[in-house]
Amino acid sequence: MKVLVPVKRVLDYNVKPRVKADGTGVDLANVKMSMNPFDEIAVEEAIRLKEKGVATEIVVVSIGEQKAQETLRTALAMGADRAILITAEGPVEPLGVAKLLAKVAEEEQPGLIILGKQAIDDDNNQTGQMLGALLGWGQGTFASKVEVSGDSVDVTREVDGGLETVKLKTPAIVTTDLRLNEPRYASLPNIMKAKSKPLAAKTPADYGVDVTPRLSVVKVEEPAKRTAGVKVADVDELVGKLKALGVVA
Amino acid sequence: MSVLVWVEHDNASVKDATLAAVTAAGKLGDVVVLVAGSGAQGAAAAAAKIAGVSKVLLADDAAYANALAENVAPLVADLMAGYDAFVAPATTTGKNIAPRVAALLDVMQISEVIGIEGDQFTRPIYAGNAIATVTSSDAKKVLTVRGTAFDKAATEGGSASVETVSGAGDKGLSSFVGSEIAKSERPELTSAKIIVSGGRALGSGEQFHAMIDPLADKLGAAVGASRAAVDAGYAPNDYQVGQTGKIVAPEVYVAVGISGAIQHLAGMKDSKTIIAINKDEDAPIFQVADIGLVGDLFKLVPELTEKL
Repeated sequence: MKVLVPVKRVLDYNVKPRVKADGTGVDLANVKMSMNPFDEIAVEEAIRLKEKGVATEIVVVSIGEQKAQETLRTALAMGADRAILITAEGPVEPLGVAKLLAKVAEEEQPGLIILGKQAIDDDNNQTGQMLGALLGWGQGTFASKVEVSGDSVDVTREVDGGLETVKLKTPAIVTTDLRLNEPRYASLPNIMKAKSKPLAAKTPADYGVDVTPRLSVVKVEEPAKRTAGVKVADVDELVGKLKALGVVA
Repeated sequence: MSVLVWVEHDNASVKDATLAAVTAAGKLGDVVVLVAGSGAQGAAAAAAKIAGVSKVLLADDAAYANALAENVAPLVADLMAGYDAFVAPATTTGKNIAPRVAALLDVMQISEVIGIEGDQFTRPIYAGNAIATVTSSDAKKVLTVRGTAFDKAATEGGSASVETVSGAGDKGLSSFVGSEIAKSERPELTSAKIIVSGGRALGSGEQFHAMIDPLADKLGAAVGASRAAVDAGYAPNDYQVGQTGKIVAPEVYVAVGISGAIQHLAGMKDSKTIIAINKDEDAPIFQVADIGLVGDLFKLVPELTEKL
């Protein structure tokens, strides 16, 4: 089966985000950008499925500015076969992304679409589920284990309190959780090879999808700062503080 | 405005996260709650007693037994013809279902809402390093709300009527195979008043339990963990506190051997009092801790447990 993996270019997870002084958003000028960590896990899982002989081809797709091309090249260097870049002006909300991905899925007819469970910039955790609804496919969200057998896929999900396993009819949607796998690094020869892999350039108009945002951002602010605390010298002083807080009698 | 709230339940009782969702929904308008399940009459009766609930809808069908999003979302989307907003707690169940509902209604969801002021919603982005205020141009609103950001509605005092509803049932896209839910005598992490959390510095699973468990038991606390501790196998996945784990805001959060990475702070920095025990006095955790104790946790934690 073909596997489709959407990837997003986001502020690198090690960078501390700075809120712009005018309150319009987070400053993304001259900061390190990378592939969303959950999407790396999605790419890795697709490659493992290919190595097991389950997947035949891996198509990666990204939506956003031209620079998202770098993110697609990273996925190609990891082992994806070809890429689709849908360039859009300004941010595209999960609903718009899901609509575009639904169109790509209609064209590509994948057996599985593997997405990250959430992007670490907007922290929405929506796109996979929305895509499931638009395509009318089953969804295995927050996956920590994926097993494809015949025309179904068993997905073990990380839920509050433990794990849960669901069986989905393929084609289906899977969204990755942290524990699904450990993504590989792209080797230098593979990075070089990835440069000659096919990358198709598209726009939302090519798919006839309106990606006008439904939400408007009024302002973006820094969270309230915590006031500096005190350091205690020893356990007795800590116990005293706990007593003062009424935590212990 | 009339609001439909998703009830998270175990067939007999309503889970805590729902109570915060009811409070948040009450800020928008008249609150009707949906109990979907199989044999969930007990949960419907419990939901009817929640203060502020005007009506309970009970959808009782084998297809809704395990809250499979494929079956539940169309039921909710159909019911939404009569409501202006859908609110679900931002639990794994709520996060699984609500976006599927939103797409069926062709609206954008607003995730992990922490504040509602008129038609403006606030929510954290970038692991809680920024707070965005947004408005929605959609005719119907779909929200998930963060349980720690709203007071819990009282579980007594309401006297709502229970009305039975039915939906399309099983869509045949998915089925429930099984679950492994960890049994614990301790309070639930997301609703605990006190949490004791351990990090990588504990060194092993045995030491994690030897250090953290007795202290938690002494304090009547829930046990949490950093991602590093979970990845290293010291604690199970569902203990993880952080951006990608659970978001908690207890009265007291005790961080033991946790450095305080951005992703961990995202899950606990709204705790009322943060206590950090760490041997590195420059660890970022001390920048948010109200009370810090610098030293070897293997000496300090047993001493603390002993003296409590």
